[in-house]
Amino acid sequence: MGIRERIESWPVYRQVTGSDRLGRGAAAESARTAGLRPRTATADRVVKSICPYCAVGCGQQIFVKDEKVVQIEGDPASPVSRGRLCPKGSATLQLTTGAARRHKVLYRRPHGTEWETLDLETAMNMVADRVVTTRRDTFEWTAGDTRVRRTLGLASLGGATLDNEENYLIKKLFTALGVVQVENQARVCHSSTVAGLGTSFGRGGATTFLQDLQHADCIVVQGSNFAEAHPVGFQWVMEAKARGATIIHVDPRYTRTSAVADLHVPIRAGSDIAFLGAIINHVLSTGAYFREYVLAYTNASTILNEDFRDTEDLDGVFSGLDAHGREYDIDSWHYDGLDVAAASGQRDVGYERRVGRAGTGRTAGPSESRGAGGARLGAGHPRRDETLRDPRCVFQVLKRHYARYTPEVVQEICGVPPEQLAKVCDALVRNSGRDRTSAFAYAVGWTQHTVGSQYIRAASILQLLLGNIGRPGGGIQALRGHASIQGSSDIPTLYDLLPGYLPMPHAHLHEDLDGWVSADAPTKGYWGNMRSYAVSLLKAWWGDAATEDTDFAFDYLPRLTGAHSTYETVLAQREGVCKGYFLMGENPAVGSANARMQRLGMAELEWLVVRDFSLIESATWWKDGPEIESGEMRTEDVGTEVFFFPAAAHTEKSGSFTNTNRMLQWHHAAVHPAGDARSDLWFTYHLGRLVRERLAGSADDRDRPVLDLTWDYPTEGPHDEPSAEAVLAEINGHGPDGAPLSSYEQIRGDGSTTCGCWIYCGVYADGVNQAARRKHTDDQDWIAAEWAWSWPANRRILYNRASADPQGRPWSERKALVWWDADAGRWTGHDDPDFVHDKAPDYVPPDGATGPAALRGDEPFILQADGRGWLFAPAGLVDGPLPAHYEPQDSPFGNPLYPRHPRNPVRSMPTAEDNRPHPSGDEPGADVFPYVVTTYRLTEHFTAGGMSRWSPYLAELQPEFFCEVSPELAERARLEHGGWATIVTARNAIEARVLVTDRIAPLRVGGRVVHQIGLPYHWGPNGYATGDAANELSAIALDPNVHIQEVKALTADIRPGRRPRGPDRPAFVRSYRERAGIDATTGMEV
Amino acid sequence: MGRITGELHDVAGDAGHRDHPPRMGFFTDTSVCIGCKACEVACKEWNMVPEDGLTFTGMSYDNTQGLGADTWRHVAFIEQRRPIGEQDPGLEYDGVDVLGLAGERADLRWLMASDVCKHCTHAACLDVCPTGSLFRTEFGTVVVQEDICNGCGYCVPACPYGVIDQREEDGRVWKCTLCYDRISDGQEPACAKACPTDSIQYGPLDELRERAAERVEQLHDAGVADARLYGHDPDDGVGGDGAFFLLLDEPETYGLPPDPFVTTRDLPSMWRHGAVAALTLVGGIAAAFAVGDRIGGRR
Repeated sequence: MGIRERIESWPVYRQVTGSDRLGRGAAAESARTAGLRPRTATADRVVKSICPYCAVGCGQQIFVKDEKVVQIEGDPASPVSRGRLCPKGSATLQLTTGAARRHKVLYRRPHGTEWETLDLETAMNMVADRVVTTRRDTFEWTAGDTRVRRTLGLASLGGATLDNEENYLIKKLFTALGVVQVENQARVCHSSTVAGLGTSFGRGGATTFLQDLQHADCIVVQGSNFAEAHPVGFQWVMEAKARGATIIHVDPRYTRTSAVADLHVPIRAGSDIAFLGAIINHVLSTGAYFREYVLAYTNASTILNEDFRDTEDLDGVFSGLDAHGREYDIDSWHYDGLDVAAASGQRDVGYERRVGRAGTGRTAGPSESRGAGGARLGAGHPRRDETLRDPRCVFQVLKRHYARYTPEVVQEICGVPPEQLAKVCDALVRNSGRDRTSAFAYAVGWTQHTVGSQYIRAASILQLLLGNIGRPGGGIQALRGHASIQGSSDIPTLYDLLPGYLPMPHAHLHEDLDGWVSADAPTKGYWGNMRSYAVSLLKAWWGDAATEDTDFAFDYLPRLTGAHSTYETVLAQREGVCKGYFLMGENPAVGSANARMQRLGMAELEWLVVRDFSLIESATWWKDGPEIESGEMRTEDVGTEVFFFPAAAHTEKSGSFTNTNRMLQWHHAAVHPAGDARSDLWFTYHLGRLVRERLAGSADDRDRPVLDLTWDYPTEGPHDEPSAEAVLAEINGHGPDGAPLSSYEQIRGDGSTTCGCWIYCGVYADGVNQAARRKHTDDQDWIAAEWAWSWPANRRILYNRASADPQGRPWSERKALVWWDADAGRWTGHDDPDFVHDKAPDYVPPDGATGPAALRGDEPFILQADGRGWLFAPAGLVDGPLPAHYEPQDSPFGNPLYPRHPRNPVRSMPTAEDNRPHPSGDEPGADVFPYVVTTYRLTEHFTAGGMSRWSPYLAELQPEFFCEVSPELAERARLEHGGWATIVTARNAIEARVLVTDRIAPLRVGGRVVHQIGLPYHWGPNGYATGDAANELSAIALDPNVHIQEVKALTADIRPGRRPRGPDRPAFVRSYRERAGIDATTGMEV
Repeated sequence: MGRITGELHDVAGDAGHRDHPPRMGFFTDTSVCIGCKACEVACKEWNMVPEDGLTFTGMSYDNTQGLGADTWRHVAFIEQRRPIGEQDPGLEYDGVDVLGLAGERADLRWLMASDVCKHCTHAACLDVCPTGSLFRTEFGTVVVQEDICNGCGYCVPACPYGVIDQREEDGRVWKCTLCYDRISDGQEPACAKACPTDSIQYGPLDELRERAAERVEQLHDAGVADARLYGHDPDDGVGGDGAFFLLLDEPETYGLPPDPFVTTRDLPSMWRHGAVAALTLVGGIAAAFAVGDRIGGRR
């Protein structure tokens, strides 16, 4: 710079000579200011990605400079998020680049008191050795007299935070190893969604997509704190509101969702079926249902078996309850005129019965395999009464079933006064029909109950009656809470499923591929093609070893002998059966029900592998867990060997997440992971490689599935990262010519095609990664079909054939979506028609037609065995064909509707000293735990905290665990605002800061006042923001269909002050158990 | 040129910027705020503002407490026993005479509002800055230049909103820059970009004011009689704010001053008075000398 420039750049010179004489603007600008460039502009590249937190699936842009991520923000091109991000999404830079992330492998030797370091290669080899050894030592060919070909010695947990491709490799490798205890967050979050939606409609995913909520005329948010847990998805609710829609929030608490709703209805936690049942009753008794829709598209007219008896006839149970009252024989729930013997939906029990054997034990899971195909019905044609007058037709049964669900009963059970209920009924009825549609949105407030599946069924029934399924602005939006928890259900790291909701086979004598298929596949609809989907999966996994001669290697699949969910795995750990455990992005030590039992289970393991960003509670319980503090456990006594592997972030790996509405979105790796951090794809692939090396040359038949496994993925980059795109291509599948398949219609059962997950077939059509498509939202219509890819077949609204009348015309112009184009002889419209594209509305299949060909032209539910939406579920669920109100396992109230059976009679409740339920209702001791507790999320945190408590920007927003109580409860229990409270159950005691608020109102229920306590469940003792875990309080009390735990409604006591320390804590809990008179029989009655 | 009070149409031009872009600002519509705090985090991530303490305040969901050197966006949470427009919070019904304690509890609303530096038309912070660290940008915004600030702190008491604040670690003052670096490159400020419900809107101030007026009318029609704008009026004590708000209650409810004025508004008259006083003093001294001379002359 010359002297002249120097002088001219001097602020005083500029001030004196320029136009800014006061020196407050142009003249004051410094050289640094003048040279400012945003780092978004100076980045070397911008990489397209997807937010790793909840399942809204917001688009992200990753800005990279000098091979470092320098900024992460919203992608304006995304039709889902339109460039916006919530606080967690906005904190992704800190999550992925912050100081909390670990980059070195850590090792804790048995009985060791400290971590040691270990290099990655050694650690990988050690883990591979342990897998081989433990598998060998625990392998079982038979269980009893049935062939199982498996090991219960190994288990894994985690997958919902991972990519589809990672889940796929985990499931593939572990299944080949014979591991059945493969589980993830989907079990504890939304397994009941799959059972509820799947049995009702044929698929277990949200029926609509987030953006379509803008077209709703009324939205009921219930069982969800939509605005807080899914803030960016909530923009579509706000959009609907701006267009005049009525927004209703039904929730125990007045939350940030309620704050912008038109109507908030406070409800007692755990009573939603009574509430929904009363709306169903209102709709039926006032004739407000959409008659043409109901008649044409639901099973309302179908006549039921004369043996069926309802809860109204049998004092609170359905027909078929066994002598012990713990299991239903569901045969009597069937349609009249069908071959019942061949038509049980409860696969295991049904199969056993058909082959004339007693059941091998109670199972969860079959209901979950309704995720992409409805339950099987027997052969024959069901009888119908189109007048809906036959007393045994579904419509009349439904009417009788809900007749006692009156506004008065709602007041009695839910604490909702009749005027409030009437407002909800009016809004829904007013905004449903030909010209208007209403949507429901729910989340784990509905799923996490001992009757969780039935909560979802209740909403499904209501939406079918109102004609809101398959139509724009309608539907049921299941709000999922992990980036790919839908994906980890579809490509399941779940014990009871194979990819595409094919059921894992149960152990049966002489079972083969065809026997397995015939026990599940209906004759009609797409699920009738189940055998083709299965054969193509087996071909994808075992390649040349899967041939007609080998029954397509069906025998390679390990067999179930009951439930092996994550909760049974904990029991297996405590019994010493399960010895090795992988945690991949899940933190059960604080995040699963009965957290204490989770830790005690891990303390019995021989070895534990934890893969995460930071040292979460599940990695350090042996050193600093609550049982160490209380003296119940000594570090030196704990023999568990612990490996900690640092995980790669989503910015450091490529792969796809499946969002809350079934949309697969690809995220591209922006940088390579640093240090020892690696993707789970890398970990699983190389673990498999090392194990296969160790087993190479083995002549043992046990090792054939491992050695025959197709496991030759190309690797790339400095870390030999397997190609995620190659895995996606395998998932998509290949035709006989080796070319990628483009649709599941092409899948064959003769071994000529391969397909790793039939519902994802088409995601790699034409050899193009369809999930990576990113056409800007401004350049597309509202469906945005060219943004990413949705299963099935890129459809965005499921069952959309129902948006047209039986003749194929839209019900109304305002609500047109797809329709029959008679001239072209095709279905057409805004969305891809969810129907056989050229099947005319008046098509009637010939006798003897099977599979999709057996569907009529006016049957929109193409995966249901009768092509219809199920108001009544004759199969598929183990706890009833219709939702009935049952109280939670722990409840302060009896059940006025069914006094003899207050709770779900077939609920599953593992008995263990530290899993005792409470006395309920008017049982002696119930008053020891007089308050209702419900758990939930806050916007500022994520799940069990592993991705938020370590981030300072999020931690500071909600720094401490707190409980929300009303001023009335605070006064009654002498709680001080801002002070401490101790909350105690028969399981454990925790402490929390007290937040007194009007937002959690006491309700008048059963003639008395009930107080509710709100507990966000994000905390644990580790991390930057610390606190007790709410899950210390919960019990493992399970929905029998899917083994989801009841953590949304339980009972507790609350008292002022901090909880006892050291040995006083367990003693304190024990004193409560004694005071309430709790023993092994408490809460166990039918 | 150089006005420091009253209506001022061309704020950037007044600060010597020629051919400048239109004045840019924020319109924060609190009626659609869902209190998610994305604005707080997005701001911190972009501007690398330090985390500032893990304090559980008990003030509803507000653990941030207020704007400061390390908080440039702050979401206030106010729980009130009154309804929003026609909203039914579900608490008004018979039979919930909860042990006789809940008699008054019929209504409830939960207000949320994201606060930020107002980027005043007449910014006292900038008027008092002796170093030229605070300056008016070509967008009409007010920005601290961190390479110039010497930490004198004069600006801190000058701000009528209590926004600008000194960071303990380095003594310098910090506040919202309206993402000067981003908007210079045609990008949206980080908070506005992140905001899930478009509660925070960024754009030319004129357009924002029009949009805001329409929104208030819409809310009034919908029965939300409490809706009003704050900081939009060019005739107010600071000449109008570059960042203004739609509120659902009195400003005080949100911790905002009801009638802010530029604390330097009296500067000209103070200077005038000062000058008069100085002249008087000088005159007095001169007179004293003159008189003294005469007295001395007598000696």
